[in-house]
Amino acid sequence: MATEAHGAEEGGLVFHPMDQFIVKPLFGGDTIEWYTITNVTLWMALAVVAVIAMMVLGTSRRATVPSRSQSIGELAYVFVYKMVEDVAGKDAIKFFPYIMTLFMFIVFANFLGLIPMSFTTTSHFAVTVVLALLVFLTVTITGFVKNGMHFLGLFWVSSAPLPLRPILAIIELISYFVRPVSHSIRLAGNVMAGHAVIKVFAGFAAIAAVSPVSVIAITAMYGLEVLVAFIQAYVFTILTCVYLKDALHPSH
Amino acid sequence: MATQTHEAAGQAAEAAAPGMPQLDFSNWGNQIFWLLVTLVVIYFVLSRIALPRIAAVLAERQGTITNDIAAAEELKAKAVDAENAYNKALADARAEAQRIIAETKAEIQADLDAATAKADAEIAAKVAEGETVIAGIRATALDAVKVVAKDTAAEIVAALSGEADAATVDAAVAARIKG
Repeated sequence: MATEAHGAEEGGLVFHPMDQFIVKPLFGGDTIEWYTITNVTLWMALAVVAVIAMMVLGTSRRATVPSRSQSIGELAYVFVYKMVEDVAGKDAIKFFPYIMTLFMFIVFANFLGLIPMSFTTTSHFAVTVVLALLVFLTVTITGFVKNGMHFLGLFWVSSAPLPLRPILAIIELISYFVRPVSHSIRLAGNVMAGHAVIKVFAGFAAIAAVSPVSVIAITAMYGLEVLVAFIQAYVFTILTCVYLKDALHPSH
Repeated sequence: MATQTHEAAGQAAEAAAPGMPQLDFSNWGNQIFWLLVTLVVIYFVLSRIALPRIAAVLAERQGTITNDIAAAEELKAKAVDAENAYNKALADARAEAQRIIAETKAEIQADLDAATAKADAEIAAKVAEGETVIAGIRATALDAVKVVAKDTAAEIVAALSGEADAATVDAAVAARIKG
């Protein structure tokens, strides 16, 4: 008993903030094959359900004077539509469903991840790297298809003095290829860090003396995380629009 | 015992995963597969059902708003027209009233003028008549004065000199009266 209590006290200071990110098979088994149904599958499926609930079920009445749920769906639609139109231009509208998909997935994955005991799919680099690479490939392919070799003008800063241009070209090229890296790490890093910090504060709650502080800190962090959940989805989406603008109008 | 095994399992998992589960590449295939499935499902749900529906609702709402605004503009124009017609009718009625007043005034003035003229004429006739009567009276009075003067003069002369020549007295009185 005494050893157990001692162990518990020690356990209160031994944190496992990263345990929440472990990918586990849902229905037993130890190996994770590519088709195994895991907690990743569950929370992505819930994200799909949430998207369908908001965008399909919420708007099913097609009312001219919208209900609350329909207003939210329309708000999301107009929010992303305006973003695409304002940032990437009118000719980027055909990418709108694609960008909307990214936004809706990230925003719902982030918010579902804020439910206690849940699993945050967007905290994994495997997910965000794929998302960022999809954007990178889309932008690069669109750039070459739309502008041909002129797309390379993106790297050749014609407004700079001629001797500087090769150097700038190298910098531009590097920054172009760093984009998917920063794009993916920004999202996963923010989400992961916030969740890990909450877990660390939660670990401190095991010590009675600091537990009030810990609970207050968790509450504050949670509020911050709610902001981060939306802002990171917004940032990911708006950067996608910015990159897309580069592909459609590569002139500096 | 159970917790111990759990801890052991946890430690084993930790040992397997290098600190961050994110960097455990053994489950990347699984995550990527399910991510792609999720994205494809969301994409089809959005692009086939949700986005066209919301776009239609928004367009319809925009159309309704535009129509309502147009109808409101039309009604407003109608109201302005009605107001103008009302003002015009009012102005017409006022002008008509003014005209009638002026006409009536003119008629009354004409009647008045005619009556005044008639009265003036009658007054003038009366005055003329009176003047003739006065002239007649004055003439007779003058004759009477002449007769009285002659008689008086003759009597005075007779009283002073005893005898009066009627012809001389007459001539002298006539000369005096004229002068």
